[in-house]
Amino acid sequence: MPNMSVKRNVMPTQDPNVRSKNFDEVALGYTEEQAIDEAKRCLNCKHKPCVGGCPVKIYIPDFIAKVALGQFEEAYDIIAKSSSLPAVCGRVCPQENQCEGKCVRGIKGEAVAIGRLERFVADYHNKNCTKSPVAPPKNGHRVAVIGSGPSGLSCASDLAKRGYEVTIFEALHTAGGVLVYGIPEFRLPKSIVKKEIEGLEALGVEIKTNVVIGKTITVDELMSEHGYEAIFIGSGAGLPKFMGIPGENLKGVFSANEFLTRINLMKAYKDDSDTPVLHAKRVAVVGGGNVAMDAARCARRLGAEVYIVYRRGIEELPARHEEVDHAQEEGIIFKTLTNPVEILAYNNPNDRRDPKNMSVCGMKCVKMELGDPDESGRRKPFVKEGSEHILDVDCVIMSLGTSPNPLIKSTTEGLDTQRWGGIIVNEDGLTSKAGVYAGGDAVTGAATVILAMGAGKTAAEAIDKYLQSK
Amino acid sequence: MYKIVEKRELNPTVVLMEIEAPLVAKKAEPGQFIILRTDAEGERIPLTVADFDRERGTVTIIFQIVGATTKKLSMLEKGEFLHDFVGPLGRATHTEGLKKVAVVGGGVGCAIAYPVAKKLYEQGCEVHAICGFRTKDLVILENEFKNASSKYVLVSDDGTAGEKGLVTDALKKLIEGGEKYDEVITIGPLIMMKFVCLLTKEYGIKTVASMNPVMIDGTGMCGGCRLTVGGKTVFACVDGPEFDGHLIDFDEAMARGNAYGEFERHRYEAACNLFKKEVK
Repeated sequence: MPNMSVKRNVMPTQDPNVRSKNFDEVALGYTEEQAIDEAKRCLNCKHKPCVGGCPVKIYIPDFIAKVALGQFEEAYDIIAKSSSLPAVCGRVCPQENQCEGKCVRGIKGEAVAIGRLERFVADYHNKNCTKSPVAPPKNGHRVAVIGSGPSGLSCASDLAKRGYEVTIFEALHTAGGVLVYGIPEFRLPKSIVKKEIEGLEALGVEIKTNVVIGKTITVDELMSEHGYEAIFIGSGAGLPKFMGIPGENLKGVFSANEFLTRINLMKAYKDDSDTPVLHAKRVAVVGGGNVAMDAARCARRLGAEVYIVYRRGIEELPARHEEVDHAQEEGIIFKTLTNPVEILAYNNPNDRRDPKNMSVCGMKCVKMELGDPDESGRRKPFVKEGSEHILDVDCVIMSLGTSPNPLIKSTTEGLDTQRWGGIIVNEDGLTSKAGVYAGGDAVTGAATVILAMGAGKTAAEAIDKYLQSK
Repeated sequence: MYKIVEKRELNPTVVLMEIEAPLVAKKAEPGQFIILRTDAEGERIPLTVADFDRERGTVTIIFQIVGATTKKLSMLEKGEFLHDFVGPLGRATHTEGLKKVAVVGGGVGCAIAYPVAKKLYEQGCEVHAICGFRTKDLVILENEFKNASSKYVLVSDDGTAGEKGLVTDALKKLIEGGEKYDEVITIGPLIMMKFVCLLTKEYGIKTVASMNPVMIDGTGMCGGCRLTVGGKTVFACVDGPEFDGHLIDFDEAMARGNAYGEFERHRYEAACNLFKKEVK
């Protein structure tokens, strides 16, 4: 008999007043009882729309049925057939737009909490499973994967399971890509990423850090000198965008990438860190996506009063609802329909050597109004006349998205890219160069972890076919 | 892990290290940089390549002990290892077609200017090297520069080494004396490069300055190294590190460069105290 409660089981979380002062994980995860209770809300309906909503096509009702029976390891095995990073996806996927957005229970109530169940199952497995994955026999083919973010990890995982000798090349000193430098500890603990990567290494995947493809080794050299027969480029998004307004290069203005990298990858939030980060009093984060929420919540945890400055309305925020809710609970103030026009500099007229000179001392903004929908379908904002005002801040974090990294494009002859820099691929992830595949943000521009994983999976399948037919 | 195969003190605060990093050595060119970490918890710092040996598979770095990380780095000995060493990053110095160049280095910047001078000299370019230091004890690479230039001018602030004066004085004297340079390449403290560029602008001589701003990844991801050049924002790590000196906003670069001044002083003292404890 299914559980017909219209409400899903509430996710236990750290109290907002406590968590806004620490970097520990916000969501604490279901208990076994809560997971079983929630799993019983699934009707196991005939059409399984949730599976269609999942970019990697996890057999969702099947794993949930196992959870309902308390067979958590069996549930894990079902998820693992489709996803190589369930503990990550259960935490950071925008489920409301994917599996849960399609759930039949969502029509007359709340959708089954599929993401929370996925997280529960993955955490249960990581905590209780003692056997590490066994590397399959090698098939003698070598594949290079560029970048150890979500697309690279999922591509490498699928290829390794098929017996390929896979090497991942990572430019930074730690594997994980955006999962370690971008997404904060309180949303995705780094120990979880580490565990997933160790699982990959147990499958026989070799990870080489401190290698910048395009600089240390080129794509062509990987094939001609290093003996790789196929390549997957998952180099991610690159250069952070700025607005082009006066004052953006003042001290105290950061890209979200820089601010988050200092905190997440370099652990600058810890007192004994060798890497500095600005502990500002009042911070404006410009932008409304998940990255903006992450940056704002990090700044809050460093002790600042934080504003999200976004030119459209609260309804138009591209961030996940849960992230917006969490940010609001933590005391972040949303200045929507507001757009910066200039960042103001401190200048001591009496002391040219005052170290505070050329630091941020405010941000001039205008109020916006919403007009008709633009080509993206969102209502286009325009400036409300006479609405200029100054926001009193000493730090500005620009979170406006990124454009693809030019390093690979500029050093790989014959690799076609879009005008804006994204690598052009066909439906299999194949680029304009034979044997070279690509996926994730390097192809799409900034998107989600799960879409990147889906692209890595698709490319792995295509690489397998390509090398088997060669 | 990357082995330190050679270590030498060039002066009391400047250290040379040769690091085993074959992949980096294979590709490195003058003007490019590397990023290193001393240990698993360390900060990432960029250092410009001072030399490389493709056969030995080594890259030489020369650094001044200015902060906690360079202090820690200076405490590592030959035979020990760096935790991380990645590169070569940035674009190489443009040297093609240059017939006569003045290379102007200041302080530890001379270490970076040296491979540039060497490359130019080896390709048959007439190189005038002007190297400035505060005082005699800080002079580095004197013989190396003499062997890589047709004219070597040493200047010091206090007159204890070479002529008394600034590199700009020496450069001005050469230009006024009728030397015609295709290009001036300057590497050193921002304030020095600023005044070199102001001088050469008067004479209309193309000038390239090598920048070394705050940086984390060094591959175009963080944007921390951005500079204003010709009114446009550029990223030193992928667009540079060398730029047209007449277009660089040096005042902005100087302000951004000291953004973490207080933190660095604090961490430096902590590193020194740790060192003292270990010595005891």
